[in-house]
Amino acid sequence: MAHHDHAHDDHAHDHDHEHHGPEKGIMRWIKTTNHKDLGTLYLFFAFTMFFIGGLMSLVIRAELFHPGLQFVDPEFFNQMTTMHALVMIFGGVMPAWVGLANWMVPMMIGCSDLALPRINNWGFWILPFAFTMLLGTLFMEGGSPAGGWTMYPPLVLQTGNAFPFLIFAVHLMGISSITGAINVAVTILNMRAPGMSLLKMPLFVWTWLITAYLLIAVMPVLAGAVTMLLTDKYFLTSFFTAAGGGDPVMFQHIFWFFGHPEVYILILPAFGIVSTIIPTFARKALFGYDSMVYAVASIAFLSFIVWAHHMFTVGMPLAGELFFMFATMLIAVPTGVKVFNWVATMWKGSMTFESPMLFALAFVFLFTIGGFSGLMLAITPVDFQYHDTYFVVAHFHYVLVPGAVFAILAGVYYWIPKWTGRMYSEKWGKIHFWLSAIFINITFFPQHFAGLAGMQRRVPDYAVQFVDWNVWSTIGAFGFFLAQFIFIINMLACCYGWFGRKQGLPDRVWEGAHGLEWTVPSPAPYHTFEEPPVVSDNELTAAHDSVDALDHHKLS
Amino acid sequence: MNTGARRSTFKFVLVVAGMFGFGFALVPMYNALCDAIGLNGKVKMQAAVAEPVQVDTSRTVTVQFVTTVNGGKPWQFRAEETSVKVHPGEMRAVKFYARNTENRDLVAQAVPNVAPMEAAKHMRKTDCFCFNQQPFAAGEEKHMPVVFMLDPALPKDVDTVTLSYTFFEVEQVAHQGAPAQPKI
Ligand code: HEM
Ligand SMILES: [Cu+2]
Repeated sequence: MAHHDHAHDDHAHDHDHEHHGPEKGIMRWIKTTNHKDLGTLYLFFAFTMFFIGGLMSLVIRAELFHPGLQFVDPEFFNQMTTMHALVMIFGGVMPAWVGLANWMVPMMIGCSDLALPRINNWGFWILPFAFTMLLGTLFMEGGSPAGGWTMYPPLVLQTGNAFPFLIFAVHLMGISSITGAINVAVTILNMRAPGMSLLKMPLFVWTWLITAYLLIAVMPVLAGAVTMLLTDKYFLTSFFTAAGGGDPVMFQHIFWFFGHPEVYILILPAFGIVSTIIPTFARKALFGYDSMVYAVASIAFLSFIVWAHHMFTVGMPLAGELFFMFATMLIAVPTGVKVFNWVATMWKGSMTFESPMLFALAFVFLFTIGGFSGLMLAITPVDFQYHDTYFVVAHFHYVLVPGAVFAILAGVYYWIPKWTGRMYSEKWGKIHFWLSAIFINITFFPQHFAGLAGMQRRVPDYAVQFVDWNVWSTIGAFGFFLAQFIFIINMLACCYGWFGRKQGLPDRVWEGAHGLEWTVPSPAPYHTFEEPPVVSDNELTAAHDSVDALDHHKLS
Repeated sequence: MNTGARRSTFKFVLVVAGMFGFGFALVPMYNALCDAIGLNGKVKMQAAVAEPVQVDTSRTVTVQFVTTVNGGKPWQFRAEETSVKVHPGEMRAVKFYARNTENRDLVAQAVPNVAPMEAAKHMRKTDCFCFNQQPFAAGEEKHMPVVFMLDPALPKDVDTVTLSYTFFEVEQVAHQGAPAQPKI
């Protein structure tokens, strides 16, 4: 198995028709059922969407550079805020997670592919159609949806021709993520190598398993909600139209019943990646493996009973306001456990600061800032001031950009040598990191102050006292966007071997890394673990979390 | 695919179908909750039975009336008195005025709402123009009655109750779900 060449491994296993190398040309990618190919496709798709969504955010930031209207009219501005969010959430972050799961879950649990390879192909190829449909609305008469990514009626029902395209695009994205989630969950539950019991799985696998459960539980609810919107608009139902006895507020409840678990869908895999990277570069076992698993599970559970914290100002009985306030604050407890464990993992570790580690460390620090602003928002009485201001925008961008997106970047840096067999440029990785970390704070930190001072979100114009904050924000946004090209070129250079990138990497690319993926060659052969591997204790995240493993000299 | 994998795939597909249904089941659940606790200021759309109760003259509550015409229609619609003061348990009649300023016939339906929502289930209406659809000939005007009582169980800390009505065009409800997109 050790000497397979990525390009042609037509070898002895001809008893199984699945065992051939990749086809040549475009058909390889269209027909592929290989988890590595699909992982690559998902990642390329996700980064394309990050680019498109990023351009939209630059339109928003350019308009907000100064008060007054300069570049776009308000209607187009609203289209940009709506589409930016939809593209980033459903086109960027979620497919990036599915892509990383495709690549890594089978290699981490020691199986040859996902359980449902054909469904996997399907799940991916739905996405380009969904987003062509969604982005196509930009060129339609009346433009794109402009009522916000939350699609609240009655406003969203005023969307013009784009409305049915929005709904069907959401349906398709939902189907794609549900198939992806079922596939990952079934694989994890049934195809682990012998010896890889649930409580020995790498944390990325654990967090993805729980993410998959969340997806399976709430994506169908979103599908139901948007279907009701569709029938309200075209088929005379009145789920949300007050005139016919419906209630628009009910949409908000159903939407956030989906929406809050959704924000954890966006962040849980990030927890897994950070829990993988920090031990590697601290050269210690992850502190508190079991508590990490339980923390993720309790966060997932709690995420179902906090949805109305998005609706404090909509009106609820006092008991409801209190319940959702305390339930939301409760989430900070398991989240605090995780942050504590990450820090404790570094305690007395022999740390080095390669690019993946830098991004993981920034994650811990900056995600925590987002958690703190979340806690502030959770306090019902003060949320009446913060709601629908830039403070909320700052909060969710802290958890999503230096949170989820930094974790995606960290994961790609960490595994790209394994995927391509070529090392990225550490120098450019560090430059990319520092530019990203600095510019992202310049972008989003001032938004806290603008929000506290009263600047509303989703409005193209603002009062002059907010100018300074917005100038900083816009400069930061352009800087962050440009800095990402360093990353793209660095990674493409690994894929295509530009600049004479170093090859011949050892199997265990990072000497402090543990896990089955580091026992296969770099680049990983097209097929891995056709026969289940023997899992040695050294590769188990949990197993070396023992008293003498805590002595870091004994590791590595 | 091994049988374990097949079985768990099947289970997950069932969960997906179940959760899709659950999304719809939330609708009657939500409505039941609204009826039970007056969540969201919803009030009954049928006449309450007028049982005489003890009038609580020790308290006076201000009832304000708010009117809205949905979708920016030019109709006139207002309460003839903007607010009244009542004692809990006291039956009170007020009138609303509406005029169809368009030169076509239309049918309108008013949807009531009460704030604060704790007051919603204590708002007893024995007569209301919102119980029925209201046809208007072109240019027709109407003085429409509302007879209501705040029952004495109204929580003590509530001293102001707002009763709001939004007028919707029925035809528009049926065919559009919402007003047409505003032109820009
Ligand atoms: C300690 C954990 C967290 C708490 C206590 C918290 C609390 C809140 C609250 C109360 C709001 C509503 C604010 C308002 O609209 O007035 C909110 C909004 C939001 N949060 Fe969090 N949050 C937490 C973590 C996260 C995470 C991890 C994510 C995603 C990765 C996230 C994403 C969002 C988003 C996207 C919104 C805004 C949605 C919108 O209105 O468009 N939050 N959060
Ligand atoms: Cu939330």
